[in-house]
Amino acid sequence: MYAFKYTQVGSVDDAVKAAGSADDAKYVAGGMTLLPTMKQRLASPSDLIDLGGVSQIKGIRKDGNNIVIGAMTTHAEVASSPDVRSAIPALASLADGIGDPQVRNRGTIGGSVANADPAADYPAAVVGLGATVHTNKRTIGGDQFFTDMFETALEEGELITAISFPIPSKAAYTKFPNPASRYAIVGVMVAQAADGVRVAVTGAGPKVFRQGDMEAALKSNFTADAIKGVKVSADGLNADIHAGADYRAHLVGVMAGRAVSAC
Amino acid sequence: MTVNVSMNVNGKTVSADVEDRTLLVTYLRENQRLTGTHVGCDTSQCGACVVHVNGKSIKSCTMLAVQAAGAEVSTIEGVANGDELHPMQEAFRDNHGLQCGFCTPGMVMSALDLVKTNPDPSETEVREWLEGNLCRCTGYHNIVKSILAGAKAMRGA
Ligand SMILES: Cc1cc2nc3c(=O)[nH]c(=O)nc-3n(C[C@H](O)[C@H](O)[C@H](O)COP(=O)(O)OP(=O)(O)OC[C@H]3O[C@@H](n4cnc5c(N)ncnc54)[C@H](O)[C@@H]3O)c2cc1C
Ligand code: FES
Ligand code: FES
Repeated sequence: MYAFKYTQVGSVDDAVKAAGSADDAKYVAGGMTLLPTMKQRLASPSDLIDLGGVSQIKGIRKDGNNIVIGAMTTHAEVASSPDVRSAIPALASLADGIGDPQVRNRGTIGGSVANADPAADYPAAVVGLGATVHTNKRTIGGDQFFTDMFETALEEGELITAISFPIPSKAAYTKFPNPASRYAIVGVMVAQAADGVRVAVTGAGPKVFRQGDMEAALKSNFTADAIKGVKVSADGLNADIHAGADYRAHLVGVMAGRAVSAC
Repeated sequence: MTVNVSMNVNGKTVSADVEDRTLLVTYLRENQRLTGTHVGCDTSQCGACVVHVNGKSIKSCTMLAVQAAGAEVSTIEGVANGDELHPMQEAFRDNHGLQCGFCTPGMVMSALDLVKTNPDPSETEVREWLEGNLCRCTGYHNIVKSILAGAKAMRGA
């Protein structure tokens, strides 16, 4: 890891200010992605601004029909939160299936969403539950947030403060995990959300996407049988040593069917 | 940049001048000479470096020493009571839970975190909990047996 300057801040304003006045700063949240990336020298920021002390963006609250989760809330906290478990059990179990206990004790929802790994779990929840991403300057709809592989709508220095999830009437998340890392080879969130049926797929393509044909089929008949006949094209899907594009396309159907049955 | 970092390790306040980029595991091993915490992979996967920071198990190869400034840290060296092994350590010895022993400090620290929130885990829960701890000698069955026995001994059963 190349040398950098470390700064600890206590508020969102101070974090944004510190990042703005540095050469090439990065926020560090749980560090579970950023530090390994820096060790590999794939990232070499001049400054790390540690959000660990920014208590205003930590924690979970129920706000009307929404569960609002602060960006610095760890995966373990989401998984064990009574509010999340009772309002959106699918989200709690998604968080509980990320990596391993030590990753969950450090890794945060804000870091995961900002990082936009194509195989990460949370993007399926942000899109599949129709969430809203709150930043230090605006709100961004979940459907608009992820723009490409590791790319988001966030601007330079923009900081995620919280993510609010509208409580669905039903939802379930099913993933086919990579046996080593637990990242999703394919993960599907299915929900009966306030704005209709949502089917969001992570792991299969360069970024999370909605499966429109399945959403249409489920709208009139919310059963696993209703999507059995839906063809998923392998065009543009990821292919790597873990799974080819055809296999991923097949898994989208299987995972979506299981998620609907689990709803 | 060099900074002075102090923290409480196994009940004792310690400090050292380190670089901003110094990892917690390096601070423990090289500055504090607590070499029981191991580095197996350095890529956040193997769990040989697991210690507790403010009561929670974390991978010390993926946390900066400065991030643990002022924290309560416990390592494998703080687990035994003098010459008397902790029941979880004793269980690893009794159940042949280690072969070369390289992964053992991380296994024990991880197990102690599990038992804190789940004093009577099922075998499945132990196996799921060990997702982040790899044993290159592949002695998983006896590690699981050890943890179940250690948890039982800790419950006083
Ligand atoms: C062994 C292992 C297994 C894993 N398995 C899984 C898995 O199964 N599923 C999964 O989804 N993930 C997995 N992960 C990734 C894990 O969930 C990370 O915690 C997550 O990707 C990043 O969160 P973090 O808080 O650690 O962020 P960091 O690593 O601190 O930061 C990641 C990026 O986000 C930026 N950032 C952080 N917080 C903010 C913010 N509030 N606003 C704007 N930008 C911000 C940082 O600048 C950085 O670019 C795994 C990681 C490891 C090491
Ligand atoms: S050395 Fe830290 S996880 Fe392997
Ligand atoms: S006992 Fe050798 S690595 Fe686990």
